[in-house]
Amino acid sequence: MTDQKTTLLRGARILGGEPQDVLIEGGVIARVGRGLQAAGAEVVEAEGRVLLPGLVDLHTHLREPGREDSETVLTGTRAAAKGGFTAVHAMANTFPVADTAGVVEQVWRLGREYGYCDVRPVGAVTVGLEGKQLAELGAMHDSAAGVRVFSDDGKCVDDAVIMRRALEYVKAFDGVVAQHAQEPRLTEGAQMNEGRVSAELGLAGWPAVAEESIIARDVLLAAHVGSRVHICHLSTAGSVEIVRWAKSKGWNVTAEVTPHHLLLTDELVRSYDPVYKVNPPLRTEADVMALREALADGTIDCVATDHAPHPHEDKDCEWGAAAMGMVGLETALSVVQHTMVESGLLEWSQVADRMSHRPAAIGRLAGHGRPVAPGEPANLVLLDPAYRGGVDPAGFASRSANTPYEGRELPGRVTHTWLRGRATVVDGALK
Amino acid sequence: MKRHLISAADLTRDDAVLILDTAEEMARFADRPIKKLPTLRGRTIVNLFFEDSTRTRISFEAAAKRLSADVINFSAKGSSVSKGESLKDTALTLEAMGADAVVIRHGESGAPHRLATSGWIGGSVVNAGDGTHEHPTQALLDAFTTRRRLVGREGAGLDGLRVTIVGDILHSRVARSNVHLLATLGARVTLVAPPTLVPIGVESWPCEVSYDLDAVLATSDAVMMLRVQRERMNAAFFPTEREYARRYGLDEDRMARMPDNAIVMHPGPMNRGMEITAQVADSPRCAAVEQVANGVSIRMAVMYLLLGGAEPALSRTDEAPTETPMPQENN
Repeated sequence: MTDQKTTLLRGARILGGEPQDVLIEGGVIARVGRGLQAAGAEVVEAEGRVLLPGLVDLHTHLREPGREDSETVLTGTRAAAKGGFTAVHAMANTFPVADTAGVVEQVWRLGREYGYCDVRPVGAVTVGLEGKQLAELGAMHDSAAGVRVFSDDGKCVDDAVIMRRALEYVKAFDGVVAQHAQEPRLTEGAQMNEGRVSAELGLAGWPAVAEESIIARDVLLAAHVGSRVHICHLSTAGSVEIVRWAKSKGWNVTAEVTPHHLLLTDELVRSYDPVYKVNPPLRTEADVMALREALADGTIDCVATDHAPHPHEDKDCEWGAAAMGMVGLETALSVVQHTMVESGLLEWSQVADRMSHRPAAIGRLAGHGRPVAPGEPANLVLLDPAYRGGVDPAGFASRSANTPYEGRELPGRVTHTWLRGRATVVDGALK
Repeated sequence: MKRHLISAADLTRDDAVLILDTAEEMARFADRPIKKLPTLRGRTIVNLFFEDSTRTRISFEAAAKRLSADVINFSAKGSSVSKGESLKDTALTLEAMGADAVVIRHGESGAPHRLATSGWIGGSVVNAGDGTHEHPTQALLDAFTTRRRLVGREGAGLDGLRVTIVGDILHSRVARSNVHLLATLGARVTLVAPPTLVPIGVESWPCEVSYDLDAVLATSDAVMMLRVQRERMNAAFFPTEREYARRYGLDEDRMARMPDNAIVMHPGPMNRGMEITAQVADSPRCAAVEQVANGVSIRMAVMYLLLGGAEPALSRTDEAPTETPMPQENN
């Protein structure tokens, strides 16, 4: 799985610092310094571009098995590599559901076989995502896939007893339950954020309280049983307050935010264009600002894409009939640069923390999210922050094109990605 | 240039007054022995109904036929739509058949907006009610009825009139369109409902909200009662049908507290005994039957103005608009 080729990066700004040279040898970072020489090495002139550890996504829908018309492990991991990711966590809501060792091992093996990006399957918490009976969490952990993150994402583990048991049970192997916080009764038929815009548009509301009440319950449960809990795609200012409070108590709570919740608001739904339909829904400007601030101050630990590919026909229809979700792997870093770096909220070193170190730590993922230093695995991404360009889904490696950013100008571009020293992306193109 | 009627919010005051005035002219023809105008001869109007609504459909159908348009009724039930054909494919089919206008009733909010902005069809789109979003021709006919009864003057708006809308505001496309249009025409609107049936976010609407019907009756020039579905009770929007009727239903005692010339309206179909008693429904102050007749005139006016009638057939033939005044649906 490693590449024996030697690569010399010249003038790369590690974590946005001063330009240095980086020598990659045998799949690891061999040396870091100025004026490095290596005979026979392939030289990449970084020309002041920014070098970060390969990005890690805690929340990716690869859709295989079952919905290969929207994405496969191959197309999804190619999209991931193009977006600068070296590891993704593949969500469990496939067909069949990833609730057995067999399914998670299949997904994991496909990822290894293709070699674009490490695929870390997420195991379902309950059988069939039905919230009734625990899936064989231990078997999934013990499998070759080594599952450490469990989630019924797409559905909330809404039964308090099942949630409590899951939180407790995974302690045996240092797993974590990633909760899709959505009180189901409060969101029956919900189509968009409940507020001024939903009132005008006549679309059934998805109230902030439906997310916040579950998060409040789950941080209390996690504290009670001494487990850790991870909150998926946190989307409201109120959720930020609850997580901030839980962390102030010293409870083991982590949270992620998606790029789209850092940028887009429910005002976009006025177009009734289902490309803006997503779950949890786009919220208000005040929520967006609170999420950015929380990601900056560490209340929210990390960015996760919730990359959710859907075939064209599932978005080329009326709002109510459309599927929820947006693709995000190939635009995540640009959105974070736009919303967090160019607004002065995060330094590049902190971007590395929020998009690589922290998600790898939450997922207990070895070999990723490591420092860019000698002896570390050469999982790296080189990006050109000066780049400006419009988003064109025709150029996506993903099989789906349901991006909310089509035609929008976003900064930055991934030029190179290395997975254990092997270049998966060179000059913006997949290898 | 495509022209649509999707939302009452898209109408300026001038647009709205022109529609009402045009409807007055159309209404005059309704009293003649021969009710038909040649205005839209050779034009094709499709009534695309994804929801059952016989009343609204026949109103649009009568309006189009009186303008001599060819009318095609496309009901989703029993058609390929019920077999899973998408809105897009239906639209492409209608486009291929050369529809000049599509009148759409759909259970999903925003479906007419999608039809008008997706590029699937080139003709005009008229929203005949979408989900819990809007029903602009209903609001226009309500304004027309109110103006006839309480203002009695063409060219006028509804300035200073106090209109109270009572009932299931949360799920009502009629209420949403009325709030926009009444505000545009200068009326003062008060919504009355139990708090469970008022949408979160209503504070940005150009109206007042009250939970107490009795408190606003004495200052209402028009009271519009909305149909309340009995099933709402099962989702705990109110405890029982009887409690709803007691607190928010309009009966004779309440009607007696309204100003002498105040009117009662209802978009129909009425739940007699629920939101309105039979005595009120059948009283001379209730304009429900007039509303139905006015609906045809309003829809004639809308289609005439949207399709820019090729042959001037109105009484003021000299000034028949060549450039139609309806705004283009934007965003």
